Amino acid sequence: MAIVDRPSRTVVQRRWSLWRAMVWPRREAAPRRTARVPWIPIVIISVIVIMAVFAPLLAPHSPIDQTLRDKLLPPAWMLGGKDKYFLGTDAFGRDILSRLIYGARVSLIVALLALTVGGGVGLAIGIVAGYVGGAVDSILMRLVDAAFTFPAILFALLLAVTMGQGLGTLVIAISLLLWATFARVIRGEVLALRQRDFVALAKVRGCSSLRIMLTHILPNVLNTFMVLVTLNIGVVIIAEATLSFLGAGIPPPTPTWGLMISEGRGRIAEAWWVALIPGIAITLLVLSVNLFGDWLRDRLDPRLRQL
Amino acid sequence: MKRFIARRLMQGVVLLFMVATIVFFLGRLTGNPVDLMLPEDATAEDRAQLTQTLGLDGPLSEQFLIFIGKALHGDLGTSIRMKQPAAQAFFDRLPNTLVLIPWALLLGMMLGIPLGVVAALHRGGWLDRAAGTVAVLGVAMPSFWLGVLLIFVFSVELGWLPSSRMGGPEHYILPVITLGTFLVAGFMRITRSAMLEVMESEFVKLARIKGLSETTVIWKHCLRNALIPVLTLWGVFVGNLITGAIVTETVFAWPGIGRLTYEAVIYRDFPLLQAVIILKSILILGINLGVDILYAYVDPRIRLA
Amino acid sequence: MSDTPPGDTVLEVRDLHTHFFLRRGVVKAVDGVSFSLKRGEVLGLVGESGCGKSLTALSLMRLLPKGGARTIKGEVLLGGENILQHTPAEMREIRGRRISMVLQDPQTSLNPVFSVGDQLREAIERRRKGASLSEIMKEAVAALRRVEIAAPEQRIGQYPHQMSGGMKQRVVGAIAISGEPEVLIADEPTTALDVTIQLQYLKLLKRLQAENGMAILFITHDFGVVGRMCDRVAVMYAGRIVECGPVKQIFEAPQHPYTRALIASVPKMTGPAGRLTTIEGQPPSLMDLPVGCRFASRCALVEQRCLDAYPRSVRVGDAHTADCWKVSPP
Repeated sequence: MAIVDRPSRTVVQRRWSLWRAMVWPRREAAPRRTARVPWIPIVIISVIVIMAVFAPLLAPHSPIDQTLRDKLLPPAWMLGGKDKYFLGTDAFGRDILSRLIYGARVSLIVALLALTVGGGVGLAIGIVAGYVGGAVDSILMRLVDAAFTFPAILFALLLAVTMGQGLGTLVIAISLLLWATFARVIRGEVLALRQRDFVALAKVRGCSSLRIMLTHILPNVLNTFMVLVTLNIGVVIIAEATLSFLGAGIPPPTPTWGLMISEGRGRIAEAWWVALIPGIAITLLVLSVNLFGDWLRDRLDPRLRQL
Repeated sequence: MKRFIARRLMQGVVLLFMVATIVFFLGRLTGNPVDLMLPEDATAEDRAQLTQTLGLDGPLSEQFLIFIGKALHGDLGTSIRMKQPAAQAFFDRLPNTLVLIPWALLLGMMLGIPLGVVAALHRGGWLDRAAGTVAVLGVAMPSFWLGVLLIFVFSVELGWLPSSRMGGPEHYILPVITLGTFLVAGFMRITRSAMLEVMESEFVKLARIKGLSETTVIWKHCLRNALIPVLTLWGVFVGNLITGAIVTETVFAWPGIGRLTYEAVIYRDFPLLQAVIILKSILILGINLGVDILYAYVDPRIRLA
Repeated sequence: MSDTPPGDTVLEVRDLHTHFFLRRGVVKAVDGVSFSLKRGEVLGLVGESGCGKSLTALSLMRLLPKGGARTIKGEVLLGGENILQHTPAEMREIRGRRISMVLQDPQTSLNPVFSVGDQLREAIERRRKGASLSEIMKEAVAALRRVEIAAPEQRIGQYPHQMSGGMKQRVVGAIAISGEPEVLIADEPTTALDVTIQLQYLKLLKRLQAENGMAILFITHDFGVVGRMCDRVAVMYAGRIVECGPVKQIFEAPQHPYTRALIASVPKMTGPAGRLTTIEGQPPSLMDLPVGCRFASRCALVEQRCLDAYPRSVRVGDAHTADCWKVSPP
């Protein structure tokens, strides 16, 4: 039976059309099912983004300067806590809240760069593999399969050891994690697009392959690309935190959430807040980004639900 | 079936060659590999000797051949910190990880698959939503933080379970939960979506037409088909487990290959890390081959092709 | 309603309504269907795709597709009992044993991961509770032989992907009749098969029916097949049966304009090659059905009263009825 109903959900329609019109002006058909707009995740994401952007203005203390006299103070609401350190201090007397705010910066910068590099490479490979086809396609897809088999984290660790820790190494390492997913999905889209009339028409008009890929294929996979980007922000944030935790991220003293957990876990018995608070921040951010990504996918490209 | 395995093995060898190549070139990416291979206080003679054994004064292609040749003989270099063959260090620690992984997989499947089935059966209901929440949380929590959290709750606050090192059965509980949570979420998600797809299919309708009980229809006809996509993801999960083991063993001071990897990173022990990566690759390929064979067993279309 | 003795009627459907309740509205896919089926009879249910034939069949099996489909009114009397009021457990007892079904697409109606023997065994086990495995497997082989599968001993261990479409459909047939049902619903069983195999399959169904005297509800969109298979035929249009009668009468003297149009659109094998006619227009949306005759918008003979009210059912001959204002009793 072709007619299948889905469990009904509250319909909130067109409330965000302005926002949508700004970001994806060319989307025409409205999706069949409109899920509720995830307001709570949007608020959480906004707060964290604002924290990251205005870190120097918002942070009450320096994230790096040590005040050993005030070390391992609990959060302000607990016995022994001081009002000036709202979330307490770590073993070097650094303010946790300030480090958290600056840590958001690192997470988001790394996410932005890695998604641009890794996603961009994946996008390019996906388009070329899907459009050119043949041997190029099968070689590229073999590479993708290989990338899926081997955990990219291993290569990321190797890079950190050979190239040294730093933003560049981290971005390359996380890009290695991303490109294959992007390439595989985008290729699938391109395979379908290749059959469409406007591509045939462009060929008849004598457009070069490069031109067709750039002017006809690329704009049509951008929606999918954006959905993939949102769905992978969480992956990148976790990867960055994991690499930092393992001593392969941005080197100290720059505060990163992963590093904060790593530094705090040894003192979990006496000062739980040092390790647990950054983890709550990561979980909240990743949860929000994932929920937002799910919603965006359902709205823009429900076929990607398999991911 | 034999040809299928042979083809998989061939592909594995090619992949392994690729890994070795990447490792080799990364080692030479940043100047002199001798700096990476020897401790900082190495003498000039040591350096000269290593330069000679690795053929570093020859062309790159020659160096590569020496590297591959040595690797084929099981010589993957000497750990800087432990002053023992890197491969040896790996195999000493391997059993400790191998006792951990099956439990995590078991936890992932025993919880994830039934949860996925139940979620699919009650699609849109509160059970589905509850399971969905668990899945979303399981993916959003970084596993190293989950480990720290578990230690805080069960070791520090409640004092029920040990927080680190190997030992009796109680030592396994927290590491296995840490390693398995991601898998629970993963298995659940895939099982759910696969079940939803299978439940709509015609052969399920025919099974009902035969008058089979719902239990048989769901847990035999649907689940067996839904397991096929679940199994394809095993390969991905194996990768996740290997990565997860690094983090989990680090948190729980578990003396396995994951912890070894971490040590190689923080002590900048390049020969050890290089060996660990190559050997882990072999491990992953081996497990993947096993999964493929299992996959062929579940899906007769592959077995009898 | 029926003028046959009640003991002879195995299945009687009265005023069946099955609708899809969607957020956009209600799709009245089956909207007042009545017919009866006698022992050993083949009743054809004919109509364009989307007219509610398949949903009628699934309503009888009580296997409606998930998501909003519900039978809201009517009776389905199997041997005098209204099965719409059975509990799910009672219904399971009936499925396969008393009423069974052959699905349209043999490529997807067998489970790919179980052998043919396994799938057949499950059906036979229900009838032969407590029988040993070897007995059941013997019976499974016999069942395959009965549906004319060559070398059934070898085939029994094979998997669906190792068989051709025609062979799979025979297996589906064997599964469907292995519980010796009184009523078999065949939902376009030959549509997905090659033309040459179609005929073989129809002959097989005929033979099986003659052997155990089951009644068949044969659903098709192909009037040519109706003539070959059926004793009586019911023509369905937009959720209702518009004409019902013996095949011979319907072919020779179709009363409803829709039936006439359908028969005219079947290419004839004999006689002069006339022009093939098609029916202009589209059937009405099942979500927004007209008050009057549902065929009115496409009917050449339409009058005002056709638009005003649904026509009464007119008895035009022996067991032959048509829902049309323009038809008058003989």
